[in-house]
Amino acid sequence: MAILEVRNIVKNFDKLKVLKDISFDVEQGQVVAIIGPSGSGKSTLLRCINQLEKADGGEITVDGTRMFYTDKEKGRVVYASKKELREIRLKIGLVFQNFNLFPHQNVMTNITGAPIHVLKMPKDEARKKADELLAKMGLTGKEKAYPCELSGGQQQRVSIARALALNPKILFFDEPTSALDPELTGEILKVIKELAKEKMTMVIVTHEMAFARDVANHVIFMDDGYIVEEGSPQELFGNTRNERTKQFLARFKD
Amino acid sequence: MDWESIKKVTGILLEYLPNTLKLFAVTLLLSIPVGMLVTLLKKCRFKPVAWLTNLYILIMRGTPLMLQIIVVYYAVPMLKAGMQKDGSQGFFADFINNIDTRSDSYMFTALCIAFVLNYAAYFAEIFRGGVDSIPKGQYEAASMLGMTRMQTFFRIILPQVTKRVIPATSNEVITLIKDTSLANIIAYAEITMKAKQQMNTYSSIIPLFIVGVFYFVMNAVVTVAFAVIEKKFDYYK
Repeated sequence: MAILEVRNIVKNFDKLKVLKDISFDVEQGQVVAIIGPSGSGKSTLLRCINQLEKADGGEITVDGTRMFYTDKEKGRVVYASKKELREIRLKIGLVFQNFNLFPHQNVMTNITGAPIHVLKMPKDEARKKADELLAKMGLTGKEKAYPCELSGGQQQRVSIARALALNPKILFFDEPTSALDPELTGEILKVIKELAKEKMTMVIVTHEMAFARDVANHVIFMDDGYIVEEGSPQELFGNTRNERTKQFLARFKD
Repeated sequence: MDWESIKKVTGILLEYLPNTLKLFAVTLLLSIPVGMLVTLLKKCRFKPVAWLTNLYILIMRGTPLMLQIIVVYYAVPMLKAGMQKDGSQGFFADFINNIDTRSDSYMFTALCIAFVLNYAAYFAEIFRGGVDSIPKGQYEAASMLGMTRMQTFFRIILPQVTKRVIPATSNEVITLIKDTSLANIIAYAEITMKAKQQMNTYSSIIPLFIVGVFYFVMNAVVTVAFAVIEKKFDYYK
């Protein structure tokens, strides 16, 4: 069974149809890259899966728990109970484009806040776990630093550590390198590669084709609210037959 | 005026300084929490509450504090007179009739009510501005980490709002020190009224300069205090 099942998602902002009919599965341990031009609905899709936006139709199931479905008779979306939604939320981590670290808390508090106050983990255990995560992110020694004292790449790695501290089953990335210098995208790519090796299930919305090609084992190409094509990176980047995909990828050739 | 008179006037002003400070302290201590409450009411999802709160803020900020002081102070005597004329009875009439409008405590209470209602409206707008200035991403990040609304507000939003409202709050506090002088309109024995009396006694303008120095020194203290507080929050940008 897929860990994430997305079926026929529809999302409108007033009259603007952003997501028209999106369906896909993510398997345990898979790294999925979602690519596509600006305005194609990639970020909105991610936000619907992460409960930051309410979908207008369709069905999403996370790790066997149904988050919402569409009541066909009444023609509206029915969400799971608050308790279930909360459980689902804790199985999902999200890394934001602009990090959204808490500026008034140091790196350690940013990472341990949720484990201590949400999961009620003992403080020592939360700190130990945070130390391990920081080591993994190459940020040992930065525990006491405040976000404003770190580079963009470091901040983004802290935000990845913060998301991982809750032991999510799926980690989502919403354009994790868009706010970074091109020189700094490498360090994020490295971290994501490490996580991929550990079989972390990840869904990455990105403009960075190198990401999609090097890390993902499944690529989804979206345009105008639809999934135009999906497949392995070799299929999409190597020899797509789809005209729209070709056209989009041509811009990244050099 | 000679030195002896200046010393004497300063002594008198010092004697009445506690009255000014009392009004300042009570207003500050009450209007900040009341202001927070008003911010919450303004953000209430039940719209009539939000509208009424807006109306309250509009009136408090739209009319002079001096007028508000007069209205609050004379409301009870006027009600009393009116009810005596109509021969009203009952719990409310008894309550109003039992208020001794000539006592000092009545005057001070009336002043505090007017000042707190007025300042709470200003603080409410400052706090609302602070809350609104926190980026949406902070709420989203907190929600993705499973925090409840209360946890998000107290752990993530409020500490950041506090830092952001300090400069505007310091402005209000400085204004409040000077606004306490408005209490002289109902003959509250604060330092501006006393200085005016001394001006008449000595036929000299110097008592007014002395009282000016009093306000200046108080505001210098407030300014330094807020600079220290701002520095405390300087550990992050």
